[in-house]
Amino acid sequence: MDLLRFITAGSVDDGKSTLIGRLLYDSKSILADQMEAIERASKSRDDGEIDLALLTDGLRSEREQGITIDVAYRYFQTPKRKFIIVDAPGHIQYTRNMVTGASNCQLAVVLVDARHGVVEQTRRHSLIASLLGIPHLVVAINKMDLVDYSQDVFSNICIHYNELAQKLDVGEVTYIPLSALNGDNVVEKSANMPWYEGEPLLSYLETVELDHDENLTDARFPVQYVIRPQTAELHDYRGYAGKITSGIFRKGDTVTVLPTGETSTIDAIEVAEKHFDEAFAPMSVVLHLADDVDVSRGNLIVKSDNQPVVSQNVEAMLCWMDTKPLKVGNKYTLQHGTFRTRCAVREIIYQLNVNTYEETEDVESLKLNDIARIVLKTAKPVSFDPYDKNRVNGGAILIDETSNVTVGALMLRKEAI
Amino acid sequence: MSTYKLDYLDQLESEAIHIMREVAGQFERPALLFSGGKDSITLVHLALKAFRPGKFPFPLVHIDTGHNFQEALDFRDWLAESLGEKLIVRYVEDTIREKKLKEPTGRNASRNALQTFTLLDTIEEFEFDACIGGARRDEEKARAKERVFSVRDEFGSWDPKLQRPELWNIYNGKIHKGENVRVFPISNWTELDVWNYIKRENIALPSIYFAHERELILRDGKLLATAKGVIQQEETDEIVTRRVRFRTVGDISCTAAVESDADTLEAAIAEIQATRISERGETRIDDQVSEAAMEDRKKGGYF
Repeated sequence: MDLLRFITAGSVDDGKSTLIGRLLYDSKSILADQMEAIERASKSRDDGEIDLALLTDGLRSEREQGITIDVAYRYFQTPKRKFIIVDAPGHIQYTRNMVTGASNCQLAVVLVDARHGVVEQTRRHSLIASLLGIPHLVVAINKMDLVDYSQDVFSNICIHYNELAQKLDVGEVTYIPLSALNGDNVVEKSANMPWYEGEPLLSYLETVELDHDENLTDARFPVQYVIRPQTAELHDYRGYAGKITSGIFRKGDTVTVLPTGETSTIDAIEVAEKHFDEAFAPMSVVLHLADDVDVSRGNLIVKSDNQPVVSQNVEAMLCWMDTKPLKVGNKYTLQHGTFRTRCAVREIIYQLNVNTYEETEDVESLKLNDIARIVLKTAKPVSFDPYDKNRVNGGAILIDETSNVTVGALMLRKEAI
Repeated sequence: MSTYKLDYLDQLESEAIHIMREVAGQFERPALLFSGGKDSITLVHLALKAFRPGKFPFPLVHIDTGHNFQEALDFRDWLAESLGEKLIVRYVEDTIREKKLKEPTGRNASRNALQTFTLLDTIEEFEFDACIGGARRDEEKARAKERVFSVRDEFGSWDPKLQRPELWNIYNGKIHKGENVRVFPISNWTELDVWNYIKRENIALPSIYFAHERELILRDGKLLATAKGVIQQEETDEIVTRRVRFRTVGDISCTAAVESDADTLEAAIAEIQATRISERGETRIDDQVSEAAMEDRKKGGYF
């Protein structure tokens, strides 16, 4: 069976929690005692209505404020597919948490309130989905019941959104009119909108084509750990343990170890002590090389006929995630897969306004949740692919050298001149 | 193209192996917290896949509350022995004596909370910088919020508002001395995924996971195992003999049995698929105290 990870971004007002609650409830993923707990908790609130948001908002402060602060993960399955819902906050002050949630998702559901159409928040969420390279986007136009299920309202929002999508690098966009509250077009096709010819949301989620999302072209293998039993019978055993992040490796392939550039041949591919002729992303395997080359954690093994960029000057999109500002000249630790190196911020090329998409130049520092195009100079060369070609080998983080906290998300774009 | 595709269980397995290897690659003194329950048994199986033919780069550590099921303890010892891996056991009983801790008494009293003291002491004793645990996000709503690499301060506390962003499959395990990281490789697995994996991989489990006849205490509609000195009997308690199995294996004092005829893996899986009650709701007594019981315990250093 397939696994689909999708993100829903929005605040309570958009009906995000109601939508998730509806998906879980109608797919029978909320169990009786969990429902009772929600009913119990709802009674202690003023309105007394059953609040499906209580299902997803797991922290006390979230329940108190009625907002989502951090990402929560929910799991459900239908006979066709397994799903991981990444439930992320929509408020601008929690942008970094949405970026965290979006990084692993194959699909994003962007909620639009039918009464308000495309608003600032829609633009921000779409930008993040596009920056993080999410291949499938669903624009869920919610609260159709409050606009008399009007086809005109729906069409206008689609036209408006399409203009916005032109400015962004978004994948496939699908528009679905729905009412999460009443269940229209969530699981069942709505009788209130006979003019809508598409599928309800759940059928779309169950059938959207995922086969092409995995990059099977560029073979990349970051070495995590070297297995060396050093026992009498396994004296010469030396296996490189890691997870293939993209592409396919076969026994006999000529490979290059980066950044050193040494070459060798794949002697064996092992998974749990069984041998295979080939292995592909995202499998965790052990590779054996024919020659005694120097390989350790942090190295990247690639096929010699398809190599990534190897450079100490990197241009990237950055989402800044720390309360302490980033300034040109600051130094950080960069982590790219299993590889770490020190780096310095050489330049901020422009800052991107997340709501208007305007680019501002001559910026010297960035604050929490800012997004910008920057240039980094690294102490050791980074072996990366452009993020739009390869999400895993194109992503990296910045770590503060004194607090050790993850302070930035980097979408590496190209070698800087 | 479609042949190069992983089934969801293979995807979850690969993710978990990757996380375990990150622990091995990033930390000096990691440990795998082992309770004898199905989730930690699954972790051991995943560690075999991640590190064989090498040895585990960490010992198995069990914090024994003294209130464990004998079947689970026997299984623990057998497993460590047969794999030839190091097992460290530390006892809550000792902590209570040394620190003169006051044991909770009365109705549904449990040593679950005291476990945290022994865990923190053990972390200090061996200077563990990372502890791998079998918690899953589908278990409970505070867990649903926790990162795979969950950084704890020197008091073991989790601060849900200061969690590190965790992007793609990049895990940041950089910490200061005294801090440690709790790592959850099967965060994204559901209860059913664990069972399906156990079946697929043919993983052995302690016998109490399967239906057997047993003498039990019937209290507030829940069936508790009888155990001398662990559960204080009350007048309203009824002693009954039933055919039961345990859906989770925790402390005797806070783990309830479910009536069942499921004596095989297939039958147990069928039962879980049909149930309308969650794992913790059906079997854990300690979560039901308040809406934020788990969140509060985690802030105090609990897993």
